[in-house]
Amino acid sequence: MKGNQDRHARPAHTRRPDGPGLRLLAVAVGILVVASLVQTIVAGVVAIRFAVAFSALIALGELLRLNLPGDREAAPIGTACALAYALLIRVGPVPARHSAFQVVAVTGLGMILGALPHLAVGRPARLAGMSSRLLAVACVALIFRPLAGMSGLVRHWWVALAAMALLVTVAWLVDVFLSACIRVASLRARFWVTFTDELHVQGPLGVAVGASAMLIVFAAEAMGLLAVAVFIAPLLVTQVAFRRYAGIRATYLQTVRALARVTEIGGYVEAGHADRVSRLAVAVGRELGVAEPELLELQYAALIHDIGQLSLHDPIPGGATVLVSLEDQRRIAALGAEVIQQADIQDSVAEIVRRQSDSYGGPAGSRGQQPGPPLSSRIIRAVNAFDDLVGSSADAGRAAEVIDRLRLDASAEYDPDVVGALGRIVARRSTLPA
Amino acid sequence: MGRLSRATWLYIGTVIAAAAVVLAVSPYQGISWSHLAVLAVLFLVCESLPTAIMPRRVAWSPGYAATLASVVLVGPAGAALVGAVSAFALRRGPSVPQRMFNGAMYALSAYCAGQVFLALGGHVGVPAGNSFAQLIGPFMGAAAAHVIANYGLVAGVLWLTNGPSPSAPGGRSVLDLRLPLPDLGYAVFGLLIAALWRVVGPFAAILVLIPLFVARWAIAQFADQQRAYEATLRVLCQAVETKDFYTRGHSERVSRGSVMIARAIGMHPERVEAIRYAGMLHDVGKLGVPTKVLQKTGKLTEEEYAAIQLHPMRGLEIIREIGFLDEALAGIMHHHERIDGRGYPMGLAGDEIPEFARVLAVADAFDCMTSTRSYRGARSVAEAIAELHRCSGAQFDPAFVDALVAAVEREGWQTPEAPVRPAGEPVEAAAHDHDDPTVPLRVIGTR
Repeated sequence: MKGNQDRHARPAHTRRPDGPGLRLLAVAVGILVVASLVQTIVAGVVAIRFAVAFSALIALGELLRLNLPGDREAAPIGTACALAYALLIRVGPVPARHSAFQVVAVTGLGMILGALPHLAVGRPARLAGMSSRLLAVACVALIFRPLAGMSGLVRHWWVALAAMALLVTVAWLVDVFLSACIRVASLRARFWVTFTDELHVQGPLGVAVGASAMLIVFAAEAMGLLAVAVFIAPLLVTQVAFRRYAGIRATYLQTVRALARVTEIGGYVEAGHADRVSRLAVAVGRELGVAEPELLELQYAALIHDIGQLSLHDPIPGGATVLVSLEDQRRIAALGAEVIQQADIQDSVAEIVRRQSDSYGGPAGSRGQQPGPPLSSRIIRAVNAFDDLVGSSADAGRAAEVIDRLRLDASAEYDPDVVGALGRIVARRSTLPA
Repeated sequence: MGRLSRATWLYIGTVIAAAAVVLAVSPYQGISWSHLAVLAVLFLVCESLPTAIMPRRVAWSPGYAATLASVVLVGPAGAALVGAVSAFALRRGPSVPQRMFNGAMYALSAYCAGQVFLALGGHVGVPAGNSFAQLIGPFMGAAAAHVIANYGLVAGVLWLTNGPSPSAPGGRSVLDLRLPLPDLGYAVFGLLIAALWRVVGPFAAILVLIPLFVARWAIAQFADQQRAYEATLRVLCQAVETKDFYTRGHSERVSRGSVMIARAIGMHPERVEAIRYAGMLHDVGKLGVPTKVLQKTGKLTEEEYAAIQLHPMRGLEIIREIGFLDEALAGIMHHHERIDGRGYPMGLAGDEIPEFARVLAVADAFDCMTSTRSYRGARSVAEAIAELHRCSGAQFDPAFVDALVAAVEREGWQTPEAPVRPAGEPVEAAAHDHDDPTVPLRVIGTR
């Protein structure tokens, strides 16, 4: 097992090194922040007390960053405070007259301050997330700051409320769009699929952040600066709830991994097989444009696709299901699905595992009579065969040979599209430095 | 509500009557009816949503925010009216008497809160811009009064139905003082709603509650995942037990026994939870031991004995990455250590052995002795206790043996039924069990 330690430590979504697009974004945002800082200092800071207070709150929010499922991060409190500063109309009786540049400068400073402790303890800086959040805030500030002094907005709260709701939505969409672009670049996913995934995942938290931003604006107007800190409280509750959710999701995934490891330690399959199959299956799924909820199911199913072997009295030699008879493959798949159903993992996962033994063309003569196995099953079938034949060897030539062999079998045994995607990923992997 | 005693009906009747009197005789002059209507609708929405239960049985109650905002905005009588609306919550569960009691309870506690608010110098009505600071003191008093009154009234019903020791199924006292704290937290949000009312009217309530509803959504997701997680853990245990049908249910029972010991010695609830998992998974490493060794009839070779001795480490390998308390992991790894230092895998002695491991060892041996094995029948609980006492101090920690004995005497112990052999299939029967203190493993070349 020693040799597998680093393999297990690697996250499920292996990221490519940050691409040039991401670097461009970070540099552009950096320039924007520096320019805003210079402009603000030259023009003079307006209402320095508010600026300092909001900067401190944004820093606090950045410090309390949150990891969302799927290797995402968010800083709900920081974002809400930054949006509130961009949307501020007045603090108590004093109208807020700061410029959009000052908003960007204050937000940028706060974010950097809040990120420093993370860097100090050796966590990644996460420039991508920070850049997209800052750009979203900058958009809102650019649109709203010139309007903030308008008499209509100040007199009718409902006009202000509507304008703010609109702008908060714009900010959210900008943030989602940018995060989707970043994910597309780093995970090699399709844009539209990723964008809708982001909309789904960021939706609930985005609503909470938007509402809190407006809440803070009105609280500042009604009760002055001190109240702002108090009105973060509801968002704090949300943050705690999300943290627990993300925590249990991670623990759950670890438990499924442990279940997968059971077959390895029991000597039924080769060590690291489940982990490799799940990572490769997720990559293939992403290549084929599978959306995130199904991708998660695919990941679970791939991890425990061999669980049915536990019920065998004697392990299959080498654990390679590709080498045993079709009937045995079916039996193992059915037993596995039974185990998974007991585990209360979604029924779809059990179905994926059950159908992994079905060949793509179906039994001879039955083509077209019954619906074929689901895409996830087809992916696992092909990836499992690939891994059974290649194993942990890193030899690119052997991998290519196996792909060719699967191609020959394709259309009868394996889905040609899946094998094609698998071939592209394996080819890409062999050209990339490890 | 099932069958209730006459005293309970009397109590419920009294509470409802008291609420009716309060609602009937209170003066309603000067109350803004439009505010009251909005607040009542708000409260009804909060109450109508199914209650998400937090893992530690804390109900999520945004309703407090609405009633306490009413205390400030429409005074005690208005707040009582808002509270009474709870009777009409659009939830399917409660029966008519339950609904009436809920309404009466909220009405009375909101009224109490309102009176406390006034007594502490609070002013009823939409707060002015500069009055936030003066509002805080009276409001906190009102919130405390609301929560305490509510709990008192509910505790009364529980006391009358469950008898004088109100104890929840989990062994936790219903009157646990930690319970009202989150409610008090939610109550404070009422202050935020009241304070913003002047600026954005009822939107204040919506803006405050949106993050809370999102939080609640996240908690529901959390509960879902928690359920799936526990089920997966159970499957992990069952996977172990497929190896030997005589040990079926062993993990669950060891888990139960460990929890009994842990409770008896007054362990913190969070650690009790951890030891519950540790008990469930303590033998997971047996999966790494070849079936033929586990079921071998004759003496074991040195190699086979080593394989058995290694199973706690194998278990650790499987579950190391699950985000448990480290204590549970240590317990699983060392559950075959002996107080005299002759155990495995490390040969730790006395206090060197982690507490969890010493607890697990006692529960493990006790369940093994009281269940049927292929090579012997089950022993009686009394015999098993005698055996535990005999090995106490050498193999087991005497404190935990005593704790288990006391707990078993108090709560009883459900011994498993003798397993029925699956018909037809020839089953290899083991001639030993590594957990059995009465039949030590025999290794070739010793004794």
